[in-house]
Amino acid sequence: MLKISREEIIDGKFERVLNFFRSRSLWMLYYCTGCGAVELPPTMTSRFDMERFGISPMATPRQADILLVTGYVSVKTLKRIVYSYEQMPEPKWVVGFGSCPVNGGIYWNSYATINQLDKYIPVDISIPGCMPRPQAVIDGLLSLMDSIKKGEAVGYKKYQMNNEWYKKNQREILERTKPVLGGKK
Amino acid sequence: MMEVLNVIGYSFFAMAAGLLYMGIGRKVAARLHRRYGPPVWQCYIDVVKCFSRKSISHNFIMDLGSMMGLSGLLGAAMFIPIAGFLPFPSQGPIIVILYLMPIGYLGMAMGVSASGNPLTAIGIGRALTLMIGYEVPFATIVLSFIAAYSSTSLVSLQAAQAGGFANWHMATMPFGFVAALIALMGMLGKKPFDTMIAPSEIASGPMVELSGKFLGLAFLQHATAIFVETGLFVLLFLGGGSNFLEFIAKQAAVYIVMSSLSELWARYRVEQATKFLWISAGSLALVQLVINMIIGRK
Ligand code: SF4
Repeated sequence: MLKISREEIIDGKFERVLNFFRSRSLWMLYYCTGCGAVELPPTMTSRFDMERFGISPMATPRQADILLVTGYVSVKTLKRIVYSYEQMPEPKWVVGFGSCPVNGGIYWNSYATINQLDKYIPVDISIPGCMPRPQAVIDGLLSLMDSIKKGEAVGYKKYQMNNEWYKKNQREILERTKPVLGGKK
Repeated sequence: MMEVLNVIGYSFFAMAAGLLYMGIGRKVAARLHRRYGPPVWQCYIDVVKCFSRKSISHNFIMDLGSMMGLSGLLGAAMFIPIAGFLPFPSQGPIIVILYLMPIGYLGMAMGVSASGNPLTAIGIGRALTLMIGYEVPFATIVLSFIAAYSSTSLVSLQAAQAGGFANWHMATMPFGFVAALIALMGMLGKKPFDTMIAPSEIASGPMVELSGKFLGLAFLQHATAIFVETGLFVLLFLGGGSNFLEFIAKQAAVYIVMSSLSELWARYRVEQATKFLWISAGSLALVQLVINMIIGRK
């Protein structure tokens, strides 16, 4: 990876005013392929009520600020996740949800899943746990809000600067999903 | 010069008021769900955030359509008198408002369908079908006012309701009132009639491809639409307002009633919604029209 100094990548003063607004109004797109998605409805509805922090669900990548990857990422879904991520306008953030996107979790040695989401798209915050409870989800999102306010959540800039590295990793995995039709390739 | 300033100030006021009602509506809905809910100024934060993001424009038509959508509705807002105040002298003609409002919606339709996403086309189709649904009862209500007063001026209609609750059209024209309430529900796209947005079916319909400032403009457009539509309702049936605060309070009350009713029902399919609007609201409005024609001019 490239070496980048902290000053180069952290937001300036003017951006920080806007960052306050960005942190108080997060619209999320959830990519519910893993089992962790089942903890989202209680987080959004009356018991834990995410909306009081201005966090609400949105329907398409164009409108969303954060991409929630809830749980294990199989090799085939990775392609869709990358597409959705690249369709989101900047600034954008990614939340890895559960232990599977961190290190593979219980699918660590599965042939069908990837182990570290961070190698393919920049993850701004990971919420560990199998699966994380709503309290942990809200805690994670609050610390994401904090780092957005300080201008430190800069995953999307990392993705621009190290695009080749990310693309190389993605290619390596996506090679594996090419269909093999009968006999030898 | 003064008029230009008035127009600009009034536009900002209309948008700000609409956003405030939206925030209050969200809070009320949250309380009905037994949630704490976002702060009432959440919608302002959302709009600032939308404008602070990068946005993707597909072509020139998309830019033009979004601007046309907002300006059409702001144009309609210019004819809503608040406590006798209008940005430039007019009588608040309903017919002009009824013409300008569809320009807003058509502008939006043009802008979003320029993106070429098939879901926007479905959403726009549904929105325009629903528009036929609520425009017919609403036009009938306007006709019944013409039958009673032979005037379509909001200023004189407000003056006709002066002097307490008994003179409000809510009390003197109850059928028209209920019909207008149902039609308003359709206009605002509240729950039984939110087929065009339907996030879980067609991924928020017309708004699928809107990012950054386009979404911000759509937000502002919706806010202005809320201002115009609730304002029209207050002026026609709730006696208008003798001062600024009274008018705003009445508008907010109408919007609160709308958003709480919205939590009661599930979503209609688009042809069911149009049918319901025509049969229930349309027939009530027709009854009111016949009554007004029999009673004759006042
Ligand atoms: S971390 Fe646990 S709950 Fe989450 S996707 Fe992996 S196995 Fe499922």
